[in-house]
Amino acid sequence: MNLKVLCFGITRDIIGQFEYKLSLPSEATVADLKNQLSIQFPKFATLKSLRIALNEEYAEDAMTLKENDEIVLIPPVSGG
Amino acid sequence: MIDIQLLHTPLSEKACLDFVKTDDVGGIVVFVGTVRNQTKGKAVIRLDFEAYEPMAISEMRKIAILAVEQFSLKKISLHHRVGTLDVGEIPVVIAVSSAHRKAAFVACEFVIDTLKETVPIWKKEIFEDGEVWVSATP
Repeated sequence: MNLKVLCFGITRDIIGQFEYKLSLPSEATVADLKNQLSIQFPKFATLKSLRIALNEEYAEDAMTLKENDEIVLIPPVSGG
Repeated sequence: MIDIQLLHTPLSEKACLDFVKTDDVGGIVVFVGTVRNQTKGKAVIRLDFEAYEPMAISEMRKIAILAVEQFSLKKISLHHRVGTLDVGEIPVVIAVSSAHRKAAFVACEFVIDTLKETVPIWKKEIFEDGEVWVSATP
């Protein structure tokens, strides 16, 4: 399935664009997405943490992705 | 009872204070975050804040709801700014009111600590010779 990932903060610098398109097998999970990203962009290993938001909520690694999900990369936050 | 705002314009401490001020409260605590002129001895020129806006607002709201429940607050106002901020400008204001002061102090600290952990907002420090996303790497 084709997915679109939105990249904020340092993840946008690493990937080089705000909207990143990639393809994963159907039924792929959040963990699969993280693995795929870390293979394509080894710099992700330097981050303190990487969370994924699905449709505006933090997602667990085991959650399954769907083609129309809003998927967002959340590197360590630093508001305030 | 809850006032959440994510703004691209300067914040007003007074707006937050006025929102939480009612006749039945005994104490109000206001936290104002400001942009510091240095980090680890290195001069900071400015900060760039960005947010995943819809989720930042919903996460701010979750924290506010939790704080109201946990500390029996009367009212809470939580404003955060995004965009480019110069030294001395205000990225965040939190005002809370409660019947007694103790709860207000504790609640205010809870809100800023939790915001820094869960709300999808990022800041980049701009130095004379470079820039860095705060807290992104160890």
